[in-house]
Amino acid sequence: MIGLECHVELKTATKMFCGCKNEFGGEPNTKVCPVCLGFPGALPVPNKKAIELTIKAGLAFGSEIPRFSKFDRKNYFYPDMPKDYQISQYDMPLCKGGVVEFWLENGARGECRLTRIHLEEDTGKSTHAGSSDGRLAGSTYSLVDFNRAGVPLMECVSEPDLRTAEEAVGYLEALKRTFVQLGVSDVKMEEGSLRCDANVSIRATGSTTLGTKAEIKNMNSFKSVRLAIESEIARQIELLESGNRVTQETRGWDESSGTTHSQRSKEEAHDYRYFPDPDLVPLEFEAAWIEELRSTLPDPPFKRYVRYVDQYELPTKNAAQLVENPAWEVLLDGAVRRGVKPKSYANLLLGDVAKKQNEDGLSEPAATFTIPASSEFVKLIENGTITSKAAKEMFPRIWSGEITDPAEYVKREGLAQSSDRDEIKKFVDEVIATNADAVAEIRKGKERALQFLLGQVMKASRGKANPALVNELLREAIGSG
Amino acid sequence: MADSLIEMTAAETARKVNARERSAREIALATFERVRRTDGEVGAFLTLTEDLALAHADRVDERIAAGESLPLAGVPLAVKDNMCLRGTQTTAGSKILLGWNAPYTATAVQRILDAGAIPIGKTNLDEFAMGSSCENSALGVTRNPYDAQRVPGGSSGGSAAAVASYESTIGLGSDTGGSIREPAAFCNIVGFKPTYGRVSRYGLIAFASSLDQIGPLTRSVEDAALAYDAIAGVDPMDATSVDVPHESTATSLRQDLKGLRVGIVKEYRAKSLGPAIDEVYAKAYADLETLGAEIVEIGLPTADYGIATYYLIAPAECSSNLARFDGVRYGLRVEGNDMAETYDRTRAAGFGPEVKRRILIGTHALSSGYYDAYYLKAQKARTKIAADFENAFGACDVIAAPAAASPAFRLGAKSDPYSMYLMDYYTIPVSLAGLPSISVPCGWARPDDGAEEMPLGLQLTAPLFGERLLLGAAHAYEIATKHAKKHAPRIGVRA
Repeated sequence: MIGLECHVELKTATKMFCGCKNEFGGEPNTKVCPVCLGFPGALPVPNKKAIELTIKAGLAFGSEIPRFSKFDRKNYFYPDMPKDYQISQYDMPLCKGGVVEFWLENGARGECRLTRIHLEEDTGKSTHAGSSDGRLAGSTYSLVDFNRAGVPLMECVSEPDLRTAEEAVGYLEALKRTFVQLGVSDVKMEEGSLRCDANVSIRATGSTTLGTKAEIKNMNSFKSVRLAIESEIARQIELLESGNRVTQETRGWDESSGTTHSQRSKEEAHDYRYFPDPDLVPLEFEAAWIEELRSTLPDPPFKRYVRYVDQYELPTKNAAQLVENPAWEVLLDGAVRRGVKPKSYANLLLGDVAKKQNEDGLSEPAATFTIPASSEFVKLIENGTITSKAAKEMFPRIWSGEITDPAEYVKREGLAQSSDRDEIKKFVDEVIATNADAVAEIRKGKERALQFLLGQVMKASRGKANPALVNELLREAIGSG
Repeated sequence: MADSLIEMTAAETARKVNARERSAREIALATFERVRRTDGEVGAFLTLTEDLALAHADRVDERIAAGESLPLAGVPLAVKDNMCLRGTQTTAGSKILLGWNAPYTATAVQRILDAGAIPIGKTNLDEFAMGSSCENSALGVTRNPYDAQRVPGGSSGGSAAAVASYESTIGLGSDTGGSIREPAAFCNIVGFKPTYGRVSRYGLIAFASSLDQIGPLTRSVEDAALAYDAIAGVDPMDATSVDVPHESTATSLRQDLKGLRVGIVKEYRAKSLGPAIDEVYAKAYADLETLGAEIVEIGLPTADYGIATYYLIAPAECSSNLARFDGVRYGLRVEGNDMAETYDRTRAAGFGPEVKRRILIGTHALSSGYYDAYYLKAQKARTKIAADFENAFGACDVIAAPAAASPAFRLGAKSDPYSMYLMDYYTIPVSLAGLPSISVPCGWARPDDGAEEMPLGLQLTAPLFGERLLLGAAHAYEIATKHAKKHAPRIGVRA
């Protein structure tokens, strides 16, 4: 049984309780003020945008949004926590319940219940110096950077509904996709904007009681989540099979050794002395505001995935890829409404469009790339009106909006695929006559030269010659077929 | 000449400076002359800000010369040292913050400076505002200007003593359980605690966030109203500051109490403070009636639970608020072998006994297993106490009561913390309910030890946001009785 706790840094302009910029990196301690440094006398004022983003995240997973919420203080001493308490939420989180649906690489689907989503502030970051490996042990001094202190941090706590490390990763990917789509977070693990702890317990097949759990902390990539969970499950099975007990404790994940190790046991657990933060008034939400937020939410990625697979009958791999780019949804649906086969349009999106976006550094297709033009274009490819070669030539102009009526363009430019034997024969004869060397090579059995001649014929015909027919006529003329 | 300058009220000072009859600079210079002559005996100030004051005074004089009119032009201001003033040392009366220069200015301080007040210095207080005598300061002794052997009251004792001894005209204090009203009573001045949330707490070093409130200490109610008008109002930097429109109180002070229903608490009346003191309060209530007020008896059945409730909630909040003083980022640091030991040593060396006591009480009250029995129960009691007041205000407009359980006592007289806590018996329930409340001088009585008479304060309390009503009533009482003007302080004055 696996439950995950994920900390996600929210994409807001400013920090959770002050006006400092919420940006990754920068010179240490440059994005700080008396409030996020917890200076004497400074007071927190909540960031409305952060509350809104957290509620949106909850709504995307069907969480209940209680009318009332509040912030609490979680008290413990820590050198990179400015106030020595963290403003968090205890018994009245912003979002309660909900379900995260996900899919696995093999196409299997799963779901995991959410316990809650709450909002808190991030801490600063310590760097331990003077030791060879940057660890606390052996270091002679520590440096603290408070740029991250006070950044809004959303914590998603799941029920222990996950069964395998693959499911855990599937769940995390589902969270990530949704947060990116909603603009809730960048979810960059390498920048620490998504951090994850896993609670792992095992139980015998058929048993309904939960086993003793261990919490694994400190995982900073999807890969380490998978490896850590696998390693922990193996450790616990081994313990039980050798007649030992699993103890409730916090374990750290060591990337280099691929093992977990004990950090602190339940006996040393903190008493956080939660109590309502007297500097912040309780939150009360208007039902109408929540509904307004709900109405702005796009289809969640999982729903799109299911539609692509079940309704559009796309391969699961393609469906998963399409979901990654939310802007494609409108294009694909628009094209399908215009009678384009989903698979054909998906091929364009995953091929030329993805390539072009990548080249131009765009997160979504240019506005000049329209549904009517691209749909018409794909239809011309689909029904064999144009060859793939002609399509390649046309695509940049479809992209730039230069071609608004592809059918008319094909007609005007005479680009329609030609299967006229006589016409193509003329090109073939011409090419054979001017490429005697290549012809000779083909006769010696060098198939590659045939490809060269085919290319020459296509070029001469401006790409409109039916390639299959060209091939046939070439072989016929050379007599190697 | 110089004395006549510093003995003016804030209202008179501002009038003269605005009229360019006097300059802010000459008032500031006269004030510092007085402080130099007087403060060796009184000990009101921890830090003097002479350069800053003169720079401010010159700026005020320039603004006046340019045609501006400022409500507190040239008025000397003493700031309790738990409020941040950019670039000046701010200690909260604790060794743990010695040497810490605030990098920003508290909203209330900024507002009163913007109104033309001149910052004379930072005043002594019980460490982190915890105390009722000013004796818990780690940084010095402040004496009552009426009797150098006695305490000025706490925790805003420094600001109260500064105002009473004419070392300043306005003092800013903070009141958590009575820390403005009690020292005002002890020093024969006016101490006003506004409704919780009326004045921004931004820049006030927190003791108990849900109770702390900044307010003025002055020698007249009119000055309290002027100072309050300058500092009141919503602040985007304080989420608990309330956005209720503020109407000027200084322009609406009343001369009589006709039609005002004044509630006298029957539970308090049943409790004798000694015949001499009882007599003073009986006379005060009679004076209110003479002024046209109708005296009605009201009940506050949960008032007796105030102290117990307060001493769970305030320490709980302080245990959390004071966690940040850990030796990592500012103030005192006593190095240990590891982080935990550094925390322990720093806090052991930096905090005084009363602060430690309250941190321990609060940590215990919040700890798992005790939270429901202590903190949560105290919150419920607090709700009941507030409901009692609300109920009482159905029958009266303001409530009159003693401000403190006795006149100023001798330095060192209350060695047992609980007897000190009892001093705030009358002020604490009002604080728990978040109500506006004022202490005005109401007479003199001989302390138990038979020494010379010491001043007493009358506490008037109004419903939430009833500042206009409250200051108006206090003003009418003050001008009719003139208790504040009856005696001059005995130390530090006209030496």
